Amino acid sequence: MEIFGIPLQAMLSQLLLGLVNGSFYAMLSLGLAVIFGLLNVINFAHGALYMMGAFFAWMGLTYFGVNYWIMLLAAPLLVGAFGIVIEKTMLRWLYKLDHLYGLLLTFGITLMLEGLFRSFYGVSGQPYSVPEALQGATNLGFMILPNYRAWVVVASLIVCFATWFVIEKTKLGAYLRAGTENPKLVEAFGINVPLMVTLTYGFGVALAAFAGVLAAPVIQVSPLMGSNLIIVVFAVVVIGGMGSIMGSILTGLGLGIVEGLTRVFYPELSATVVFIIMAIVLMIRPAGLFGKEK
Amino acid sequence: MNNRILYAIALLLALVAPFVLYPVFLMKVLCFALFACAFNLLIGFTGLLSFGHAAFFGGAGYVAGHALKVWGWPFELGLLAGVVVAALIGLLMGSLAIRRQGIYFTMITLALAQMLYFVCLQAPFTGGEDGLQGVPRGSLLGTINLGNDLTLYYIVLAIAIAGFALIVRTIHSPFGQVLKAVKENEPRAISLGYDVDRYKLLAFVLSGALAGLAGATKTVVLGFETLTDVHWSMSGLVVLMTLVGGLGTLAGPIVGAIVIVALENKLGDLGNFLAAITGIDWFRSIGESVTIVTGFIFIVCVLAFRRGIVGELMALTKRATPAAPRPSAPQAAVPTATRS
Repeated sequence: MEIFGIPLQAMLSQLLLGLVNGSFYAMLSLGLAVIFGLLNVINFAHGALYMMGAFFAWMGLTYFGVNYWIMLLAAPLLVGAFGIVIEKTMLRWLYKLDHLYGLLLTFGITLMLEGLFRSFYGVSGQPYSVPEALQGATNLGFMILPNYRAWVVVASLIVCFATWFVIEKTKLGAYLRAGTENPKLVEAFGINVPLMVTLTYGFGVALAAFAGVLAAPVIQVSPLMGSNLIIVVFAVVVIGGMGSIMGSILTGLGLGIVEGLTRVFYPELSATVVFIIMAIVLMIRPAGLFGKEK
Repeated sequence: MNNRILYAIALLLALVAPFVLYPVFLMKVLCFALFACAFNLLIGFTGLLSFGHAAFFGGAGYVAGHALKVWGWPFELGLLAGVVVAALIGLLMGSLAIRRQGIYFTMITLALAQMLYFVCLQAPFTGGEDGLQGVPRGSLLGTINLGNDLTLYYIVLAIAIAGFALIVRTIHSPFGQVLKAVKENEPRAISLGYDVDRYKLLAFVLSGALAGLAGATKTVVLGFETLTDVHWSMSGLVVLMTLVGGLGTLAGPIVGAIVIVALENKLGDLGNFLAAITGIDWFRSIGESVTIVTGFIFIVCVLAFRRGIVGELMALTKRATPAAPRPSAPQAAVPTATRS
């Protein structure tokens, strides 16, 4: 079967790959949105921490023989703890200043992390094999579905929707949303806002690390994997707007799919298609697809 | 008055410098100084943080290099082509980016510059990963041969001074005052009847064109152009130079460019020195990992040194000589602009 002269098989597999990329975009832009909501900081280091998550998974396996499943839990915790240290020692001093300083600080952190990993591991990628339980592929009749890719999509969807649920439907989430609107008033009600801010940053960063561990078997683990991704995620954030959690998730997934389809129909454009969409969205709806006009 | 003496000293130093230091190194410093000054026009005097200035710097470099090498254009037309293209990129990028404020503006410029990076990576005329090699210097107005480093140095110095003078003039012009108003309080500037978007766009184009002039000149000086110049790390580097020197000060970006370029060149020696006095061998590898050091300086500057070198010096001199009592400025309760 063919669609527009392209075999259905090839198209579906690119679509799946797009969906995999889209889930990384979704998880990272979700983390960025949650952090920005409460801290008013655009976390440039998000990409570097995603890279760190992937590297922790790789290091765990290579040096200590710790398997994928444990690292899937441990790496986000470690990176989350690292994030809390960053927040407590550095970011905390910048809240009263212009947002730009937060971006510059996290940019500096990105450079340092990337440089450190590069000085130890070089720029070439380290292979990380797919865990045994998820090796192989399932024949669905109309396409061959690689098990691991299906797992990435399912796992990230679960995490994204769990995050959405916690923020939109629970009491903790209500505090968080109230803190985004008016931190002073929330503090007056006896809620420890600084602690909430610290934990939020830790959580957002852990989400990036979780995405990193998921990504490790799909793409090679390399020090530059984060910065290549983060700029695309910025474009995703501009397209979707950071006002809505569900908006970030949907925009991320949608753009991944668009990118996958572009790779089928016009591969030369696949690296730039997200930026082109961003330009178009800015022309038609400057506030972003899910943003509110202010 | 004081400033005039300082400028005269700086000019004198710049005139004799090539007899003491390697001229190509100095020309590189001059190009980066102009680049940082152009960037500072935007962040320091209009309040817009662009993270996409590599697009102008590298884009103009590629265009100038191509015009000189493949089309055989003379030196001055090659530079002009670079500047014009940079201004056009600025017009496109600016008209998209000013649709959003604050942090979004920064992300948009970064994303669009990354798009240009991918274009340069794939386009046939840039030479892809190899870059554009063997760009001829040519001659000025067909008479003065620029093959000589010393001759070229004085031309580059003249270009840099002209660019700097244009920036100074812009800042002190009525147009510059409006930009300052936009920086301090955008809603108020709008309510006073200024078409803020047009002013921002014009500043963006001007800054882009001057950054392009710096990039095109650098290509001619070094004789090659590579992807490094359009990469996002170049945009980061110019932010760092301006930050180290002092955001929003006239001389800051120049000082910052000198410090950072010198540091990049001398980092290997510094690493060896540190290894020798501390006995930690790891320092020896620091020369190859410039990013760690630049990242570290970024963090230190943002946390503890936000005024930059020139900003701190100005604060010091102000403290040392208490100024004459200023006419008491009306302390009207002006609500600070909240940026979203």
